[in-house]
Amino acid sequence: MGLLDFFKDKVHGDPPKTLAGKFGHTLLDAIFTFLYSPNEVTKDGVHIRDGIDLKRTMFHVMIALQLCFLFGTYNVGHQHFVAMGEHMGFIEGFHLKLAHGLIKLLPIFIVTHVVGLAIEIYFAAKKGHSVEEGFLVSGPLITLIMPPDIPLWILAIAVAFAVIIGKEAFGGTGMNIWNVALLARVFIFFAYPTTISGDNVWVSGFDSIAAGAEANYGWWHTGFFNSLFGWMGLDQFTPGSAVVDGFTGATPLALAYQGGWEAVINVYSPAQMWWGAIPGSIGETCKPLIILGALFLLFTRIASWRIMFGALLGTVLMGMVLNLWGATPFMTVPWYYHLWMGSFFFAIAFMATDPVTAASTNTGKWIYGFLIGVIGLIVRILNPAYPEGWMLAILFLNTFAALIDHYVLEANISKRLKRA
Amino acid sequence: MQSLRRIAPIILGFFFTIGSVSHISAQGTGPSANFYVIAMLIVIGSLILVSAVMLLSENFIQIESRKAGLDLNESNRTFVQSFKEIWTPKGPAYTNGAEVIDLNKGHDILLNGIANKQTVSGSIQRFSIKPGDFRELAPIPRMKVQEGDEVKAGDVLFHDKKDEKVKYVAPVSGEVVEIRRGDKRAITDVVILADKEIRYKQFDPPSLTGSSREEIVDYLCESGGWTLINQRPYDIVPDVQVIPKGVFISTFDSAPLAPDLGFVVQGRENAFQKGIDTLARLSNDSVHLGLDARSDQPPAKAFTHAQNCQLHWFRGKHPIGNVGIQIHHIAPIKAGDTVWTLTVDEVIILGDLMHKGIYNAERKVAITGACVKQPAYIQTYQGANIGELLKDQLSEGKNRIIDGNPLSGKKSSGEDFIGHKTIHITVIEEGDQYEMFGWLLPLTLRPTISKTFPNFLVPNMKFDGETNTHGERRAFVMTGQYESVLPMDIFPQHLLKAIMANDYERMEGLGITELTEEDLALCEFVCTSKIPVQKILRKGLDMMREQG
Repeated sequence: MGLLDFFKDKVHGDPPKTLAGKFGHTLLDAIFTFLYSPNEVTKDGVHIRDGIDLKRTMFHVMIALQLCFLFGTYNVGHQHFVAMGEHMGFIEGFHLKLAHGLIKLLPIFIVTHVVGLAIEIYFAAKKGHSVEEGFLVSGPLITLIMPPDIPLWILAIAVAFAVIIGKEAFGGTGMNIWNVALLARVFIFFAYPTTISGDNVWVSGFDSIAAGAEANYGWWHTGFFNSLFGWMGLDQFTPGSAVVDGFTGATPLALAYQGGWEAVINVYSPAQMWWGAIPGSIGETCKPLIILGALFLLFTRIASWRIMFGALLGTVLMGMVLNLWGATPFMTVPWYYHLWMGSFFFAIAFMATDPVTAASTNTGKWIYGFLIGVIGLIVRILNPAYPEGWMLAILFLNTFAALIDHYVLEANISKRLKRA
Repeated sequence: MQSLRRIAPIILGFFFTIGSVSHISAQGTGPSANFYVIAMLIVIGSLILVSAVMLLSENFIQIESRKAGLDLNESNRTFVQSFKEIWTPKGPAYTNGAEVIDLNKGHDILLNGIANKQTVSGSIQRFSIKPGDFRELAPIPRMKVQEGDEVKAGDVLFHDKKDEKVKYVAPVSGEVVEIRRGDKRAITDVVILADKEIRYKQFDPPSLTGSSREEIVDYLCESGGWTLINQRPYDIVPDVQVIPKGVFISTFDSAPLAPDLGFVVQGRENAFQKGIDTLARLSNDSVHLGLDARSDQPPAKAFTHAQNCQLHWFRGKHPIGNVGIQIHHIAPIKAGDTVWTLTVDEVIILGDLMHKGIYNAERKVAITGACVKQPAYIQTYQGANIGELLKDQLSEGKNRIIDGNPLSGKKSSGEDFIGHKTIHITVIEEGDQYEMFGWLLPLTLRPTISKTFPNFLVPNMKFDGETNTHGERRAFVMTGQYESVLPMDIFPQHLLKAIMANDYERMEGLGITELTEEDLALCEFVCTSKIPVQKILRKGLDMMREQG
């Protein structure tokens, strides 16, 4: 009996009665359709179907995120060592940085997916249909927009909140109003603000980022990787290392809020911000790799170029307006540097373009993208509490996407009526 | 992408200008920013001045030439005119400068097994008229024949119980051998075993000029000609009282594997013209013909030289040949409008009815698809048996026989008969096999518009096509996909949602009456979520029709 027969037997056999049985059945069905594309044929309507399906679409978004994952993992380690004044060059201590990054990132990745997928499968089993692919993208995105030291139990609660309240309550993939990944983040932002804002959270492995704070190493660092690296004759993690004087874990935006462009330049060069070797959420720091991912999405037409360009336009215009106003130090930061100071590219490429929560008409997409740009920059610059605006701007526009579409459709309807 | 290309220079230019200005002002060396602003203003100002002078002089020239009775065309065009022509795309030479409606959206699905332009005389014996082909006809019509009766081509087979005026007639002469019944005893087929030599019932056609519209309508109702006409919205046999706002005929089919209508009309050009004349008489001279401007070769003369009608040239990708798309760009259906649509074959039958007084339902049926051994045209009649048409033509294995094209045709079997309008049969492979990681790394390339497949590297690649769904049904996730293949000012996805929500007002507002299933077939093909678009649209249309 081959693998195919095994699955056919299990999945197409008698449907189970108990909930646990249904859960297992749904899980098997998900694995089956992952391994084999089903033998379904067209019934009524078209007889030939395009090769694309939701699995493939979502998978390509994951491909676009891979570079961010690679860089993000490494950068988590890099920032950790820079804080201690060790291995200051970007590729010095490569293995240590990678190991530290993996120690931080993998638990986040695993917790996000175990919690999220379990809830998805539970609801799918309950509703009696197959698991939908939405979380294939939400999961990696949640991982990438978290600070590296996020407590895992908070993460688990946030993911559960986002998936249950944000998605399943509305009917599952395709029905949600707000971007699931951002909902998880905004939940933490309002419920546990100290874990996701301030200067202390962006560099991993320390309780605080004040000078003299010692690195927290666990078994994976000192036990597993140190023995491994020792055996290979490489540098090891040194317990007891502390944050050096003069290091700041502040992100460029926090600095800009306090002292404008001068304050940013004192710590980070524009090139450094562009290439991404700065503290921040895991996946949002390296702009060229995000742009590569975005270009991939644009080329495959999975993401809407209208939203991306609209947002770019909105941000640039708003940046110029605020430059002209120039009332606070932050407002005088040149508009073009706003593009690569925070997580603009990541938010626009991967968050704003979520087709379910964005505006769905072509005209609406321009408006939606433009307003994200405008409001995102307003939140970033004018809001004293939190110097990054894309999360709130996108969730805000998610709320209004349906309204934007409504007016676009009304325009079409009245145009049609005027013909008569 | 087309629109991106158009606006990209503007956006880039915008950023460049703003960027350079602010960059310079930030540095504060060299000429001041004001200098550049003023320089730009001067340049823009002088451009406006020059164009104003040109437009003014252009107007003077036109006024003067009109006074002098000169003709400002080809030979002595003025500057502004030729400038305008740069922006309007040129049609092929054979359009003789007529306006060509260019539509960018759409997609041509290239499949193997297009019919060779040769006619094979078929030996089809059984023919059928299906009451189910006519939407408003009750499922059990009043039968006028019984099994065993002899009929001539044009003899009445049945009519509606409520409306006795419109008659449905036999396409061939012979013996009624079977009256097939389906669910709830609905009559599905009236099968006629055809004579070797078709005998026609001779009618006495009224003259187009000498008789009233009413007389012509009565004649057509009696002779079965009326049932050839399709009324939109809703695709029903027309109301005899209503004069249509227009009659629309598409003279080319852009669907995958579609038959060449220029080849189909060959030898019956006169009948076609006579049909057009009849329709012009019935619709107060508002017959519109959609012509194909896609190829280098001009379409058949029967179409390009048709009289008593307006010609409209179209160029673009499928669904450009759909009459619904053409109506949308010629004269969109407004609320309360009714228009008629006919296929070329129906116009020909109508023409013969008015010209010779016989119901001559002869047609060439294209047998196409990768699973047909020798794709060709078969000379036969309306309602031919599919099994007999495909005799010795099917290749081994599991096949899907489609009555029509692969996008909007009907699933059929060898026992079925082709539809009232059908001149096209497609046979493709059933794709009922599992494929390991088929969604990620398919073994074979398949037709797609998605750039996640390497298909875009080989733009003219042809596919066999198979019926696998290539994925499971999901809720709507992607947006903008439908719009990218529908060259109409319509929001298909929102329309479908309105139908699913039973929102009549919104369905009507979003233009459901402009559509029929075939227009949205390509949307269904490209759908990532595998939504049954055509089924939902038909549900909406039926709901609207029942509402009245």
